[in-house]
Amino acid sequence: MNAKTEWPLWEIFIRGQHGLSHRHVGSLHAADAEMAIKNARDVYTRRNEGVSIWAVEASNIAASSPEEKGSLYEPANDKVYRHPTFYDIPDEVGTM
Amino acid sequence: MYAQMIKSTGQGVKSLDEMEPEERAFQERINAGGKIEPKDWMPEGYRKNLIRQIGQHAHSEIVGQLPEGNWITRAPTLERKAILLAKVQDEAGHGLYLYCAAETLGVTRDELTRDLLSGKMKYSSIFNYPTLTWADMGAVGWLVDGAAIMNQVPLQRTSYGPYARAMVRICKEESFHQRQGFDIMMKMANGTEAQRKMAQDALNRFWGPALMMFGPSDADSVHSAQSMAWKIKMNSNDELRQKFVDLTAPQAEYLGLTIPDETCKLNPDTGHYDFAQPDWDEFFDVLRGNGPCNTDRLEARNKAWDDGAWVREGLMAHAAKKRAAKLAAE
Repeated sequence: MNAKTEWPLWEIFIRGQHGLSHRHVGSLHAADAEMAIKNARDVYTRRNEGVSIWAVEASNIAASSPEEKGSLYEPANDKVYRHPTFYDIPDEVGTM
Repeated sequence: MYAQMIKSTGQGVKSLDEMEPEERAFQERINAGGKIEPKDWMPEGYRKNLIRQIGQHAHSEIVGQLPEGNWITRAPTLERKAILLAKVQDEAGHGLYLYCAAETLGVTRDELTRDLLSGKMKYSSIFNYPTLTWADMGAVGWLVDGAAIMNQVPLQRTSYGPYARAMVRICKEESFHQRQGFDIMMKMANGTEAQRKMAQDALNRFWGPALMMFGPSDADSVHSAQSMAWKIKMNSNDELRQKFVDLTAPQAEYLGLTIPDETCKLNPDTGHYDFAQPDWDEFFDVLRGNGPCNTDRLEARNKAWDDGAWVREGLMAHAAKKRAAKLAAE
């Protein structure tokens, strides 16, 4: 059992039904992409949970780190004018 | 439960005041019902404990396929065979969801497998009992999966995100497992006298081991106190066991079967069923490796791993060759 024979890790994304986005459901091990999709079918769609599968090798995913939370998301906090509720529209204008 | 006797740091639970700022923030987040995700800071003890617990849980799902797999070729009808096959396949799936959750904590699948095969990591004591008759398929689904559900439903709210999400998937599927078991028990209990006896015999043999699944009383355990503070254990062992007996005893009555415990009766004062403790000496003996099937189970897993080595290696070699050919063509 050495590292060379360990199948790589794949992250699996499933589209639940037409019209929805693919959603991350978990991961699995497979030797290649074709096998990753076959395994994903058996592991994650045994009860009609999906109509489409994406498999991405985990090492190819770039992710933000929790420490970046401040610099990435805090600037949005003072831009309240991006939300429709920031604006007072008089009642007589009606639905907007 | 599927994870039994998990040991924590053993140092008891620290108060918020005793913690460094990082750990305090972590604990406060858990106290507020927040989730911890793989890349978040976590105490080393939390990580280690979770790897042990999720790993043991995953191993239980995988080894748990063996006692039921034993009856796939001998199921009494094609429908029962298809159902059992689907159930055992689900158990493999549950193992995989859980390994995938454990891997987010920085351990590899092969490391976990190696620790199972060497006996370093455990799986639930329940799977070291043999499945002797078809009625055992009923008893396992009804009692073993029933006991597992008691533990797994609250774990959907556990603090570690990937573990909680795996539990949500598992719980959705587990209800089918218990119902198909009860369905077998109903058929047997209402069948011929010989079938009814087989059902009773299966209940007799699985009742004690099912109660043991929750583990011995942990009212005074420092390990459990720490796990509960971290919300990776949601209820005490006694609490879950009582809940299981309260739900199961009336079901046995419905089946017309007798729980092999004369003291198992509804107590009008408490509103709960009284029951006798299972044989804890037997439990510890099974954990030490001396159950009826410990050797068989580990041998079967080791054989599957060894016999599959050429397939795993061959597929990796094939994938590397295909990758190289694709690169050359570009």
